[in-house]
Amino acid sequence: MSTASTAVTSVAHGTATTRTSLLRRLLLSREAGIALAFLLVVGVTTARNPLFLFSPDGFRDLLLTPSILVVVAVGQAVVIITRNVDLSVGSIVGLTAYLTGTLFTTTALPIPVVMLAGVVFGALLGAVNGALVALGRVPAMVITLGTLYAFRGINVAWTGSSRINASDLPPAFLGMGTHQLWGLPVLTLIALVVLGSVGWYLANTRPGREFYAIGSAPDAAGLYGLPARRRVFTAFVLSGALSGLGGVLYAARYGTVSSQAGFGFELQAIGAAVIGGVAIVGGVGTVLGAAIGAFLLLTISRALPVLGIPDLWQQALVGALIIGAIVLDRVLAQRQTRRLSEGRADA
Amino acid sequence: MVTPTSTTTPETAAPALELRGVSKAFGRVVALRDAQLELHAGSIHALVGENGAGKSTLVKIIAGLYPRDSGTLTLDGRPVEFRSTADAKKAGIAVIYQEPTLFPDLSVTENIFMGRQPVGRFGRVDRATMRSEALALFARLGVRIDPDRPTEGLSIADQQIIEIAKAISLDARVLIMDEPTAALSGVEVERLFDVARGLRDEGRALMFISHRFEEVFALCDTVTVMRDGSYVSTDPIATTTVADIVRKMVGREVGDLFPKQEAQIGAPVLEVNGLSQPGVFADITFSVRSGEIVALAGLVGAGRSEVARAVFGVDPYRTGEVRVGGRPLPKNSPAAAMRAGLALVPEDRRKQGLILDATVASNITDAIRGRLSRGGLISTTQENDTARDWAQRLEVKTAALDTLAGTLSGGNQQKVVLAKWLATEPTVLIIDEPTRGIDVGTKSEVHRMMSQLAGAGLAILMISSELPEVLGMSDRILVMHEGRITADLPRDGATAEKVMFAATHGQAEAGQHHGSESVA
Repeated sequence: MSTASTAVTSVAHGTATTRTSLLRRLLLSREAGIALAFLLVVGVTTARNPLFLFSPDGFRDLLLTPSILVVVAVGQAVVIITRNVDLSVGSIVGLTAYLTGTLFTTTALPIPVVMLAGVVFGALLGAVNGALVALGRVPAMVITLGTLYAFRGINVAWTGSSRINASDLPPAFLGMGTHQLWGLPVLTLIALVVLGSVGWYLANTRPGREFYAIGSAPDAAGLYGLPARRRVFTAFVLSGALSGLGGVLYAARYGTVSSQAGFGFELQAIGAAVIGGVAIVGGVGTVLGAAIGAFLLLTISRALPVLGIPDLWQQALVGALIIGAIVLDRVLAQRQTRRLSEGRADA
Repeated sequence: MVTPTSTTTPETAAPALELRGVSKAFGRVVALRDAQLELHAGSIHALVGENGAGKSTLVKIIAGLYPRDSGTLTLDGRPVEFRSTADAKKAGIAVIYQEPTLFPDLSVTENIFMGRQPVGRFGRVDRATMRSEALALFARLGVRIDPDRPTEGLSIADQQIIEIAKAISLDARVLIMDEPTAALSGVEVERLFDVARGLRDEGRALMFISHRFEEVFALCDTVTVMRDGSYVSTDPIATTTVADIVRKMVGREVGDLFPKQEAQIGAPVLEVNGLSQPGVFADITFSVRSGEIVALAGLVGAGRSEVARAVFGVDPYRTGEVRVGGRPLPKNSPAAAMRAGLALVPEDRRKQGLILDATVASNITDAIRGRLSRGGLISTTQENDTARDWAQRLEVKTAALDTLAGTLSGGNQQKVVLAKWLATEPTVLIIDEPTRGIDVGTKSEVHRMMSQLAGAGLAILMISSELPEVLGMSDRILVMHEGRITADLPRDGATAEKVMFAATHGQAEAGQHHGSESVA
């Protein structure tokens, strides 16, 4: 009886209504909003200084700079969707970047094997997080805060004051960080492949949907008999593996790897996810949103100097952006709740 | 999707679900003792009993949430063991809880099929099939719910329909509904019953837990009564009456287990006039006089705690007035309530009454910090002196005053909470479930203390779900049912049956019953 009136419309009009509402939903979606904000930043900055976009370097940097963060933020988004958080991703990036460099300097392993080793190593570090969170039943915030310091500590002890230099790395590997393919930077292509496959997995597979279910209502997930612990473990392994990939790409892009590589990456990754509409309490959001969030976050940082805003203000602005995104989320959620319950009252 | 089974007579076929000699204890507390139950295909079975009769424990054992300590569980005559809810589900048992547990952010369709979505190539979830199956399910149930909307914001009734749709799509043969109508309106109840009858006619076995007897009689064909964790009886609805069921539910002798001492009853101290909060409670009027213990009885969810919290100013109320000692009390201000001499000992002492990680002494002096402090600082000596005094008066058994409150036994924790509020020297004490989860010895100590306090002129409002406590301790009994006071019984005129009737019926039905009782 309740909801009858709202239901009747969509049922009666069938697929036509569904399709229009799908298009409308797409336009009204969080991802569209954040993409619009990104285009706005690019547009305004380019109007001020056309070289920001219309120069070979400008266009390349626009795509290249956020690519590594996109890879890491995608993994972070998956973890957050399950109502957890991974604070250790920056340390994993740093540790893997250093491992990658070391493998090149001390062994003669081919490039693909080294890259794979980096990803597997990241996955192992992620498995440490996942096992502690899923089996130890300790909040992820605490566990990964611990591993953030632990992984970084291992990194510092291992690296000491030495570092990897670009001259230590094979040119073909370094080329990956700068070369382009079909007019796009290779790193960006890799990020797109990661984004596409993880996005598809989350949206279309049973395990993918279960990540959302677990984050939306953990108690209900238990009553449904969903393998919550296994899924949470998987999310952390995935986040670790993608951070590992991020570390490999970091080495390729910058060539120089010290013990501080990837420092602060965790906050950027969480920021990107939150700005992109991934709810910090889990159950809501897409990796596409997190990726666009990463683009917005880093592009703003690059745009501010062009717009003549002092460096000092950049961090404050990024903070404002994150708070703004969360406030927007609250407002949208409240409006949605009201709309959904009104649909009921009308009936 | 499901072919109706041929109409076998329930008497000859093996029960769809059968429990025999099932027991379950939590520590030393026995929740179920030799319980039994038989559910047959094509039948709707009612399970009734007071709060704490063991119904929920029984349901959780069937659902695979709790392991049983002893006894057998058979499905269609075959013994089964459930290690998890997933096991029970696989065996064809679906449980619909009073508060549905759905994923608020996901669509209605996803909620129905989560964990077992139809998949196509590359493990891709087949959304189109899923959606059309959801629509087919709703069509079969005769309801209209948008399959694409999120479940957030749906009424409880619609959420239950989704749970039922889920159960049908699982092809559950046994459907258990734990107080599904508690939060539903009349129309919604009718719709639920139509659905339930439809499922019965398909040959499924249903069990229905409810405190509303009119619903039990309208819907069910068999009724099992439980009391104090034990099986009492199973009868066909056709051959039983409401009066029979109530007698079996109550069924114990209420002696003077909890004698209240005679006390000088004085002037009204707490007066509540026409207190209403839409959807929670309505038109609550009563008074408590000094030296008097008034019980607020009723079933869990009747709105008793909500009234207490509103009187104390923790929860809001729309209309009405609270007076203490003749002076009106401002709304929404626990501080003003405390100044006026009100004290509230909440139901959940571990969550609301105590700071478990703090010492006994600081817990006892928690509510009188202001009085003990000098220039914003609290003297430990004075805190300890006050705390020692109260701990002795209430006979709190603790090794030392700096013992952490969380390490005490339940009964002693309750005494600490009581001490904390008595230290504020109140004129009115509101105490919610004073002896829940407390061992028998401490229980009678708490009762003796309450009795002494009333003797010393304190006005006490006691919320209790335990009938013997209500009948033994109070001078007057107010009974609530669905947010309203349905009976005001003096000590002499109160019987377990009358209280139970007022708690399960509206006033009108309770009146009717008195008529039929006198005839019988």
